[in-house]
Amino acid sequence: MEQVEAFEVLEPGFLTTVQDLGRYGFSRFGVPPSGALDTFSFRVGNLLVGNQEEEASLETTIMGLKLKVLREVVIAITGGDLFPTLNGESLEMWKTHLLVEGDVVTFKRIRSGCRAYLALNGGFIVPKIMESRSTYLSGKFGGFQGRPLKRGDILYTNDHPPSLKKLGLRFPNDSIPSFEKDIMLRVVPGPQDYHFTEKGSQTFSSSAYRVTPQCDRMGVRLEGPKIERRPDVEESIISEGLISGAIQVPGDGKPIIILTELVTGGYTKIATIISTDLTKVAQLKPGDRVRFEPISIEKAHFLFKEQEERLKEFKDFLQQR
Amino acid sequence: MGLYPKVVYLLMGDRGLLLEFGDGISLEVNEKVRRMTLALHAEAIEGIVEMVPTYRSLLIIYNPLIITIEDLKKRLEWIEEGLGQTSFPEPKLTRIPVVYGGTYGPDLDYVAKFCQITPKEVVRSHCSKPYHIYMIGFMPGYPYMGELPEGLITPRLKTPRLSVPTGSVAIAQRQTGIYPMESPGGWQIIGRTPVKLFDPEKEPPALLQMGDMVQFYPIGEKEFERWNK
Repeated sequence: MEQVEAFEVLEPGFLTTVQDLGRYGFSRFGVPPSGALDTFSFRVGNLLVGNQEEEASLETTIMGLKLKVLREVVIAITGGDLFPTLNGESLEMWKTHLLVEGDVVTFKRIRSGCRAYLALNGGFIVPKIMESRSTYLSGKFGGFQGRPLKRGDILYTNDHPPSLKKLGLRFPNDSIPSFEKDIMLRVVPGPQDYHFTEKGSQTFSSSAYRVTPQCDRMGVRLEGPKIERRPDVEESIISEGLISGAIQVPGDGKPIIILTELVTGGYTKIATIISTDLTKVAQLKPGDRVRFEPISIEKAHFLFKEQEERLKEFKDFLQQR
Repeated sequence: MGLYPKVVYLLMGDRGLLLEFGDGISLEVNEKVRRMTLALHAEAIEGIVEMVPTYRSLLIIYNPLIITIEDLKKRLEWIEEGLGQTSFPEPKLTRIPVVYGGTYGPDLDYVAKFCQITPKEVVRSHCSKPYHIYMIGFMPGYPYMGELPEGLITPRLKTPRLSVPTGSVAIAQRQTGIYPMESPGGWQIIGRTPVKLFDPEKEPPALLQMGDMVQFYPIGEKEFERWNK
């Protein structure tokens, strides 16, 4: 596969990394999945630009990423609205755009959400490490040299990208997720819900929690009413595996939402956020507020299927064109 | 403490199923986790995306669109019942050289003082037996090993260090471990190994695997420096 220069990084912004859908099958070596946090937006981005949905894209956080275009490319921006512009003019999200050499794309500031995805027809070419192109920040490997992008980095793409029949494709408006500052997250109780008192469970499902500045790709620390633990159980448990969306409650009784860069942990987990709502979690930023609503696993699976069907409809629609 | 009569299934959301095999840390429980993990690898059930084996449990991450949780549980129960009839590879023993004390092991003297023995005796004791690797976790390639001899049991640091060098050999409570890369850490650092424990470019990327054994042995500073040349 030939690779060619696609972008020069003029400013890396707050945090920009190369991600795909994650590194699976290596947990037994202590390697967490990493990968895009908002996988829904990520996948839609790739589909819009004609890629396989797992192709590597950029995940940019909060604001400030500025890219110079080095050749004709087709892109789509999805995820949180970080006010993307093209040569200073507002650039519509969830839609494909043709850019030409010399164009400049800038993410000016947060209008909603926290993380945006820039998908590129042909994808971003970085070496696959353990079968994935995702950046694992604390492990310092994967993605672009195992680190966030820096000023002056040159990003490469495939010389022969998948052919695109038509430009200006849009993701249907009514399917675009909205990212509010006050959200409800649905959870499946467990695995250690029985470590908490009835009052504690009540507190958890009836209180609003605020996102603290301690939020990154490993997890989101929340501030709010303390969740009461049964007096006969210990604060920590024997370390066990973790999954994105697991809600840990350490000794101080304040919940922490686990994200994609952790593999094991020794704190009790009162509940786990359903897969469908992880897209909203990925878009949380300090100051936002969350509430938790326990639902059954059957309902969670139903919602998951519903979301996947929506994506499949979009895929079918793209193929018919 | 020991094996549950029946595996306990716990939900971790809509894609995670946690299999708990026992109520504490024991070789018997951990061996069952290892066997179940190996058996599931061999079985390669479609719909299982990831397995995270730990001290006494195995987290299975599955895709509910490919396999329903009911079917998954049935398959797991069937495999568990067959574990007794399957043979598994014997644990592998890896010898790990360590420079103890000095700048390589800044907490050696504290550990000696805490245990009321000499630093030399700490080294002898730490090297006195092979350790079982209960799990790899916390960071890539980090082995949680035990049990330490009774006389070496030392609590964690009161304040964790912000940075522990790559290769640091550490102890905490009944456990011993090795930091495969620089990271923050709260264990007592007694030495350092020149052996590389994790290399993302290698297959497999981690030198050690759960269920295997490690035997430490002391080397000198010069040998340490020559090791990777």
